[in-house]
Amino acid sequence: MKRAIYIRPVGDIAPKAIHWLQHDLRSYLNMPVEVMENMEIPGESFDPARGQFHSTRILKEILLEVPGDALKIQGIIAEDLHIPILTYVFGEAQLGGTASIVSLARLEQTFHGLPHDERLFFGRLHKESLHELGHNFGLVHCHDRRCLMYLSNTIMDVDLKGSGYCRQCFETILATMNGGR
Amino acid sequence: MERKINILIVDDEEIVRESLMNWLKEDGYDVECAANGKKALEKLPERDWTLAMVDLKMPGMDGIQLMDEIKKVRPEISVIIMTAYATVDTAVKAIKKGAHDYIVKPFNPEDVSMVIKKIIEHKKLVQENQYLRKELKKQYRLHDMISKNHEMTEIFDLVRTIAKSNSTVLVQGESGTGKELLARAIHEESPRKHEPFVSVSCASLTETLLETELFGHEKGSFTGADGFKKGKLELAKNGTLFLDEIGDISLKLQMDLLRVLENREFRRVGGSQLLTITSRIIAATNRDLKKAIADGKFRDDLYYRLNVISFQIPPLRSRKEDIPVLVENFIEKFNIEMGKSVEGVSEAAIRMLMDYHWPGNARELRNVIERAMVVTKGKSITEADLHLPTTPEKVSVFGRSLEEVELEHVRFVLESNHWNVLKSASVLDIDRVTLYNKIKKYNLRKPEEEA
Ligand SMILES: [Zn+2]
Ligand SMILES: [Zn+2]
Repeated sequence: MKRAIYIRPVGDIAPKAIHWLQHDLRSYLNMPVEVMENMEIPGESFDPARGQFHSTRILKEILLEVPGDALKIQGIIAEDLHIPILTYVFGEAQLGGTASIVSLARLEQTFHGLPHDERLFFGRLHKESLHELGHNFGLVHCHDRRCLMYLSNTIMDVDLKGSGYCRQCFETILATMNGGR
Repeated sequence: MERKINILIVDDEEIVRESLMNWLKEDGYDVECAANGKKALEKLPERDWTLAMVDLKMPGMDGIQLMDEIKKVRPEISVIIMTAYATVDTAVKAIKKGAHDYIVKPFNPEDVSMVIKKIIEHKKLVQENQYLRKELKKQYRLHDMISKNHEMTEIFDLVRTIAKSNSTVLVQGESGTGKELLARAIHEESPRKHEPFVSVSCASLTETLLETELFGHEKGSFTGADGFKKGKLELAKNGTLFLDEIGDISLKLQMDLLRVLENREFRRVGGSQLLTITSRIIAATNRDLKKAIADGKFRDDLYYRLNVISFQIPPLRSRKEDIPVLVENFIEKFNIEMGKSVEGVSEAAIRMLMDYHWPGNARELRNVIERAMVVTKGKSITEADLHLPTTPEKVSVFGRSLEEVELEHVRFVLESNHWNVLKSASVLDIDRVTLYNKIKKYNLRKPEEEA
């Protein structure tokens, strides 16, 4: 039976961020959250011309190793991600599927030329991690600006939206969880 | 539920199609892909496509050719051209040829979101406009009256037909249904429209006052009559005389009026000169005149004299389809009067308005909207801005005494008529004395007097 959320660190990543996320997801979703061993960044996902990694390629790699009791699995990567048609993405998820990935790169204030702000960074990680998991649970973008399923194209959008699901989105997630997916 | 937005992506590169499709699906759009122009054209009949995102450079049919083909078959589909930096010039040319927008690969996420949203908003506006125009044609206007109701629109048609004649008209209907508006419309549609429209509210005056009001008086005809005064019958010369609440006049005045109508002649009070009436008479009442006749309170010969042509205006609760139209109309009117820019009412508020039974009819609705427009702080009127009593149709009055229900209703009617006792009594269909007794009994006071 699948029942835990798995975090998969991809490449070099600060353990502190991973552990913080593990506890955050555990308390927010009220279910077991496990951390897997680090995996290497798949070499072919790198685009030298853009200096970014192709998130869809990494997702495919993550899916090669899914623990038997995994409800969802989320890769966490320090590098900047893109999909070929977009200049960047904060993350990617299989809509209604098992895997997702979140990049820490743009969640860092230093990426935007500003001094490091840990509280802000963790707040953004919380939002983006749960946002991508929301897509895994079948949610599309929500029209409620306070909901973390609201579409965020820029880091400002991320900061402006709320840090919880709206009632409707949360109920959808609970229903999907109980459906046993 | 909003209609689904269908997007067709046309690109020869699979990786572009897939990544764009997945990303747009997360945003809740329905997305499908085609690898080339030919396949895209095959997909056109399958769905009600909102927009197509078309790559400019494709083997075989290029983006511009494809756009031309799409426009030939389905001109309503908006086309966004996807292009590389090197071909921006061509993309600009594509806009001139009818593309809605172009977007340079790879896109900034915010740019592509914005371009799509802009197109969808634009389409929505166009659709709403078309819808509104269609709705406006469906509804019917007669001067200040507006309705989509079949019975009402038949009345409007009939008004246009009978307005040319000089026959006396009787308008019946509950208080607040717009009897005076209808009388004015008859006047406006008639050849007398450049002559005066003179209105008399028969219920608001005592018998003697009403008599002089109607017939006028000569100097010294009674104590205090120190001057000569023309009556409304004279003032309405060649125009229209509207006698509101005709069911309330005394039997003596009914007799006088009957004589005037029969002979088309009258004398001023205290006068001897015979004057001729040339005006058209329109009478209105919220009373059941047939019942009043049976009770001996109304002369049947006067009834038949008045009832040459008659209109029965249906109450608002039996033509609820008019509520949104009227609300929109009142908002427009009060926006101008109050210098406000209220845009409409919330869905919950309109539901509330539709559920209410409107004992005071359109006039009560008008008052409710006027009040709401004064108190509202937002762009649209919400439930909180509406002050309606609990509606008997929805809320059970079981377990509450008749007095409680009466108190609440009387207070509401007074409030919605700005404590105008005369108006309120007319809405409640009781006389002023009865209303004053109720105000005293329930110790009702204007809110500002309580302080
Ligand atoms: Zn998303
Ligand atoms: Zn939501």
